Amino acid sequence: MSKQRGSNIFLSLDWIVLILYTILVFMGWGNIYAAVYDEKYNSIFDFGARYGKQLVWIGVSYIIIILIMASNYRIYSVLSYFIYGGIIVLLALVLIVGKESHGAKSWFELGMFKIQPSEFAKFATALALSKFMSAFEFDLTKFRNIAISVSIILLPAALILLQPDMGSVLVYFSMIFVFYREGLSGIFLWLVVLGIGIFVTTLQYQLIVVIVALVIVAGIWYLVLGKNLLNAFIAWGAIAVLTAIFWTINHFALSDKFQLHYLIVLSCFILLIPSAIYSYIRKEWVATFIAAGLIASFVVVFSVDFVFNNIMTAHQQTLINVFLGLENDPKGTGYNVEQSKIAIGSGGFTGKGYLQGTQTKFNFVPEQATDFIFCTVGEEWGFLGSTIVILLFLALILRIIHLAELQRSAFARIYGYCVASILFFHIAINLGMTIGLVPVIGIPLPFFSYGGSSLWSFTILLFIFIRMDASRDELL
Amino acid sequence: MNVTRYSNRKFVIGIIFTVIVVIYIVKLFTIQVMDSGYKLSAESNVFRKVVDYPARGLVFDRNSKLLIYNESSYDLLVTPKKVEAFDTLDLCEILGTTIENFRKEFQKAVKYAPYKESVIFKQITKLRYSHLQEKMYKFPGFEVQKRTARRYVYPAAAHILGYVREADTALINRNPYYKPGDYVGVAGIEKSYEEYLRGHKGMKIYVVDVKNRVQGKYKDGIYDTLATVGKNITSTLDIDLQMYGEKLMQNKVGAIVAIEPSTGEILALVSTPGYDPNLLVGSDMAINYPKLIRDKFKPMYNRALMACYPPGSTFKTINALIGLQEGVININTSFPCNGGFSIGKHVVKCHHGGSLDLVTAIQHSCNAYFCYEFTKIIGDAKYHRVDSAYSNWRRRVQSFGLGKKLNSDLSQEVNGIIYSKDYFNRYYGEGHWSAFTIISLSIGQGELGFTPFQICNACATIANRGYYHIPHIVKQIDDGKSSSIDERFYQKQETGIKKEYFDAVIQGMYQVCEMGTGRAAKVPGVKVCGKTGTAQNPHGKDHSIFEAFAPMENPKIAIAVYVENGGFGAQYAAPIAGLMMEKYLNDTITRKDVEQRMFNANLMDANAQMKN
Repeated sequence: MSKQRGSNIFLSLDWIVLILYTILVFMGWGNIYAAVYDEKYNSIFDFGARYGKQLVWIGVSYIIIILIMASNYRIYSVLSYFIYGGIIVLLALVLIVGKESHGAKSWFELGMFKIQPSEFAKFATALALSKFMSAFEFDLTKFRNIAISVSIILLPAALILLQPDMGSVLVYFSMIFVFYREGLSGIFLWLVVLGIGIFVTTLQYQLIVVIVALVIVAGIWYLVLGKNLLNAFIAWGAIAVLTAIFWTINHFALSDKFQLHYLIVLSCFILLIPSAIYSYIRKEWVATFIAAGLIASFVVVFSVDFVFNNIMTAHQQTLINVFLGLENDPKGTGYNVEQSKIAIGSGGFTGKGYLQGTQTKFNFVPEQATDFIFCTVGEEWGFLGSTIVILLFLALILRIIHLAELQRSAFARIYGYCVASILFFHIAINLGMTIGLVPVIGIPLPFFSYGGSSLWSFTILLFIFIRMDASRDELL
Repeated sequence: MNVTRYSNRKFVIGIIFTVIVVIYIVKLFTIQVMDSGYKLSAESNVFRKVVDYPARGLVFDRNSKLLIYNESSYDLLVTPKKVEAFDTLDLCEILGTTIENFRKEFQKAVKYAPYKESVIFKQITKLRYSHLQEKMYKFPGFEVQKRTARRYVYPAAAHILGYVREADTALINRNPYYKPGDYVGVAGIEKSYEEYLRGHKGMKIYVVDVKNRVQGKYKDGIYDTLATVGKNITSTLDIDLQMYGEKLMQNKVGAIVAIEPSTGEILALVSTPGYDPNLLVGSDMAINYPKLIRDKFKPMYNRALMACYPPGSTFKTINALIGLQEGVININTSFPCNGGFSIGKHVVKCHHGGSLDLVTAIQHSCNAYFCYEFTKIIGDAKYHRVDSAYSNWRRRVQSFGLGKKLNSDLSQEVNGIIYSKDYFNRYYGEGHWSAFTIISLSIGQGELGFTPFQICNACATIANRGYYHIPHIVKQIDDGKSSSIDERFYQKQETGIKKEYFDAVIQGMYQVCEMGTGRAAKVPGVKVCGKTGTAQNPHGKDHSIFEAFAPMENPKIAIAVYVENGGFGAQYAAPIAGLMMEKYLNDTITRKDVEQRMFNANLMDANAQMKN
């Protein structure tokens, strides 16, 4: 088997990824066709229209795949710094000679071609980062190593920020997963996830929801890190029982009624502070940390809530709400998100049917072929179609993670995680934006959104890894 | 070996990714499947429903003379985003509005929807439209939408025909048919027959894009509906008689009601002072309606249907018939009249000597006769109790359609006043009242209040010798069926009083007009039967009342005339009734001097003074 793998590139190619890629690309094309569909003017092979052009970009993508698969896998490792350096030059150059569009200088215009270097900076940065982190002496506990690897990410990010293209900058933060996989303490990952999670959920949901979610998350964390199923359930049970007692007292005995979330917090304080001290003495760091973290989280939640509701002016609140995409004002600042939700929401369970979407067809949704392409999926294919698309993406990413772990070379493994993280960040932000879960950040949906640069850059990003994977037995 | 050391972290990363995906799927489920609000929002985004307004039905009088028709009128629409600089003053002058007013409306339109058209000025008249049309090219962003406005051919019969106005919020909430901008009949025939006259609106559903540009019909128009024109209506009204009645009543406050007894068809229904129905059309309504409402003579108040007056002596005919049917008197019963009927110190005055029989008592309107008769009715031993006898009497009165709504097709009817026995039992105490306590009822004064409409109907009942048809204003609805009006108008409403008793009363009424108090109502060549009445008015001069029908045999018209502050029935009401009957039956007026005197009589100044 392993001999066969090396001898023939088509036998060693990961067909699952190629098939998923092909399905997604053509589903994307079908939805671009629907998004710009016009009953009066609808030749599929009209290369002047966006779906015609996208078909050309898809064709070119397959040529790129063939070229990558035919290439020598070693060149990516060898050339990684050169590719990175070239891209940095291009990113600097685009700031000077680039074409301004939507208020950002991010395009090179070469005759009829337009190229967005920031799209290609992703795979270049991924290669350089993988190269640096796969070096034998690399150690995440050394400050110098961390500083350099973080700089590799921040350099292109800073140049892109100057364009400015905030969405593309944020993508680089997804590398936190790569660092985590390579040994960065889980605390950092959790702090990032938790920080963002607490901030957004506190503003979006009622306090009770946030508090309960925190208690559950802390328990899961304890369960995972402390590997102690029993203790986690005992902790949950204790909090629940104590809360129930307080609720009963509050409900029947007290004249001033306290809201439920205050009671939960009170129970947690009573239980967690002694247990944090106890575990500190016993040097059980996991338990100490989780108990202290949960208490700290409560403090953060109440301060965010207090600052937002009591200190900020109405205007500042609106700004934050609009930034988070929470403002419910169809004609005002949150117009795009609202129209996007209307389009997706009106799809219902099975959708309106292909080419039957009214919201996308008549331009109620902005940027409907690019950043908001998922609206067409939601409106015409409904909950069923949307779920299938999301699950296909998830399958692709989990497959990449699986393949990354099979790599014998650290370079290929790290690069694989870069690919998975970048793709996931794009998908999560883009879909979250269209359904109003995350702020409106203009980044494309991989393989779906209209545009040659984005399609090619994701294709290159993905298939360089697939090329490495095809030769994983040889690569060390 | 890093590889093995951290390789289980792939599960943590995988779980994080999966959890986020699950959250997204849950969110999708809530907005796509659970929440239907987004579907409604989507519809309101893309559908533009264009209403096709049907023309209202026409209304004719009984002789097929056109009464109400439609005239083109125009609404000015604006799409704020398409508006370019234009001469505001010029446009305002054409529309006949002020710049401030126009700016206010324009701001409303901007606020409503910049890309959608909205009505900025309603019901522009034909004349103004012709000026506007020439200059429309100067006003980009403005469009004109054709509507129709009601036109009333004659400046008369406003109370019967009614008027239309834009549906208000209350109606829109109550009745889903009506949408803002629709017109609805609010009085008279326009209201009663609204459902026939309005027709049925059509609706075209267009699909529009984000800039509100029409992209085509929704599903090729399978959900579109066509407008159906309103049905034409033939009224029972005789417009010539109506106009003549209004002219006779000019400068007088009061009412005339004329009914064809054999059918219950309303020939004329005058309430003065009235108004020209065209005052309440289109944009003029905003100016005229408040004026009419503020007018101290209340021209919008339909006295014929709503004003309750004591019936006065006209009521003696009813009491005579009840007495005969109850057997407390017969045709030959006589009572003495020596200048009145005394109850203790109180005397109901009268002016006759000796003894009178029924016919003569009616002819001379003898108060004493009917006081005696009433004591017999209320004291009738077969009912054992006064209040039972009273209840029976009340039931009989109501069988003439008096003191209750007649259930006609005119919406403004009121019940009138005729108290039940409970009222007197409460007021005087049970067993503490008798015929003498309520003796004024015998001559139609006191605790009685009937509308001119009810009195005319009672007169038609006498003319029919015992029954009436519910009076109605519509003869036919042109919907292809011959008997298209409501079934109830074809049914006889019986009084249960024998025909022969009517003959005696009618003989008395004939003599009223031949040689009694109603001689002024005589019509040459026609046997007229009538009865004068005077409604006591505590606020000023008494009201003049006359009821009549003619000819005596096979009556063609029954009429009731009320002239407020007109004094005795004979003074104004009788001559006006006579002229009306002559006009209707002979179509020529022989007594030009009487006619002229009635035209010229002005009781409104006096009336006004007295009220002040």
